[in-house]
Amino acid sequence: MSTKVVDRAPLTFYERTYLPAILGGLKVTAKHFADTVFKGKAVTMQYPEERWVVPEGYRGAPYLVKDQDGATKCVSCQLCEFVCPPKAIRITPPGSEGRPADRANAEKMPREFEINMLRCIFCGMCQEVCPEEAIFLQKDYSITGENRESMIFNKEKLLSLGGTHAGIQKWKHKLEEARAQESFPVETP
Amino acid sequence: MEAINYLSPTAQMILFSALKIGVVFGVVMTAVAYAVLVERKVSAWIQDRVGPNRTAPFFVDYLPVIGPFLVKLGIFQPAADGLKFLLKEDFTPSYVRKVYFWLAPAITVIPALLTIAVIPFGSNLGGQKMVIADLNVGILYTFGIVSLGVYGIVLAGYGSNSKYPFLGSIRSSAQMISYEIAMGMSVVPIFLLTESLNLSEIIRYQAEHGWMILKQPLAFVIFLIAAFAETNRLPFDLPESESELVGGYHTEYSSMKFALFFLGEYANMIASAAMMVTLFLGGWTLPFIDALNLPAGSLLLGLVHIGVFLAKMAFFMVVFIWVRWMLPRFRYDQLMDLGWRRFIPLALANIVVTAVVVALFNH
Repeated sequence: MSTKVVDRAPLTFYERTYLPAILGGLKVTAKHFADTVFKGKAVTMQYPEERWVVPEGYRGAPYLVKDQDGATKCVSCQLCEFVCPPKAIRITPPGSEGRPADRANAEKMPREFEINMLRCIFCGMCQEVCPEEAIFLQKDYSITGENRESMIFNKEKLLSLGGTHAGIQKWKHKLEEARAQESFPVETP
Repeated sequence: MEAINYLSPTAQMILFSALKIGVVFGVVMTAVAYAVLVERKVSAWIQDRVGPNRTAPFFVDYLPVIGPFLVKLGIFQPAADGLKFLLKEDFTPSYVRKVYFWLAPAITVIPALLTIAVIPFGSNLGGQKMVIADLNVGILYTFGIVSLGVYGIVLAGYGSNSKYPFLGSIRSSAQMISYEIAMGMSVVPIFLLTESLNLSEIIRYQAEHGWMILKQPLAFVIFLIAAFAETNRLPFDLPESESELVGGYHTEYSSMKFALFFLGEYANMIASAAMMVTLFLGGWTLPFIDALNLPAGSLLLGLVHIGVFLAKMAFFMVVFIWVRWMLPRFRYDQLMDLGWRRFIPLALANIVVTAVVVALFNH
């Protein structure tokens, strides 16, 4: 049989008076009390002022990033919009008469780029699918707002929160490669 | 002030009693509010937390150093808590027995407050004795009133018409009959020694012959443990036991009705602490200093006596709070075993031994 009977030593008279338990409890509580009050060893974090340092690779809110020159990296390809499982992203493309892209060699950039932070599930699919390294899940984890409208972040807000990310600088090299093509024999940069 | 002397003795008595009742009520209510704060703070410190440290009324900004320190200590928290209870929705579930449901909180609070009436919380202030009712049967009155407290809990459990409160109130009644007897018996030796039931007399005796805790340590231990059971504090908080019975007898209560139960529990703690100070720690007296050991001759000394009493009471309040984190809750059967099979025989033996000693040596 798989039943195992554990021998339990009968309690001694001293133990049955509850005194060892009381003294043990007194010792433990007194130690913790003194540690917290006099040594400031409280483990509590004063939340809004102090925050967690999130680990590398943490999947927080997705924001748009700018390139090294401060130009919008997004080229309005809408892959993230299509891949987004909860359909939190909505991109308005520039259309045929839209403003040209910020940076050279990019054909277009979105007229409007909205992420509904109430819908977003922080899965990271947008970051994974983005061919331009334009959207990244960053470290913000407490996103609050006073109403539903304020929880829809527009392009301007996403760019200002996202910061700069130089990355592989694909287009810069593309430009150099294209210039190199102009002379013969080709000199690769 | 002169006008007081022209009043008849009855009118003076009524006037001063009303004054004393008002002041004592105010002090007890404040003490309850701050006992809750101390409970929260001490609990937090024992559990490596910081406790309430945010409540800051607008005027804190004008106090340079003290203000933030008081906020950190949570001094303003009780006001916020009280306000919260007042403003919360008072919800009465549809299935409760309304009369009992409404009656229960009142029946819990009233006995707790009535007990305090006989406690001598100081010697005298001017010509007035610092006790609301100097009854000759003080201790009997106390036990009579304290026993009523359990009806509040039982009625709450019955009136709520729901299973957790019901279980809680059943446990409460079992607990009460197990401990009330031991508690009552534990103090009998004191009366054998002091030959009086009047609490002021008991204090006078202790001032002359030394504190009761030294003469009757066993009675003190039994009374202390029974007091924990009486006030439903851990390790005997079976009627409430949040972890198993949700909230026990007050599961269905909200808002001010819940606050009354809360208030009742803490008022009970204060009453028990005051009772222990009076019976075992010499009340407002301090030995070795004559001025503090004898009834006060001046207003200042009278106030010092009240301060001594409050300090001793505060000590017991901290013990109540501290023990909460020391011991796990007793099981239902362990609790009754402790009451019926340990404390009642011990208390009886204590009575017999004391009676024999008194008979042999005092007469």
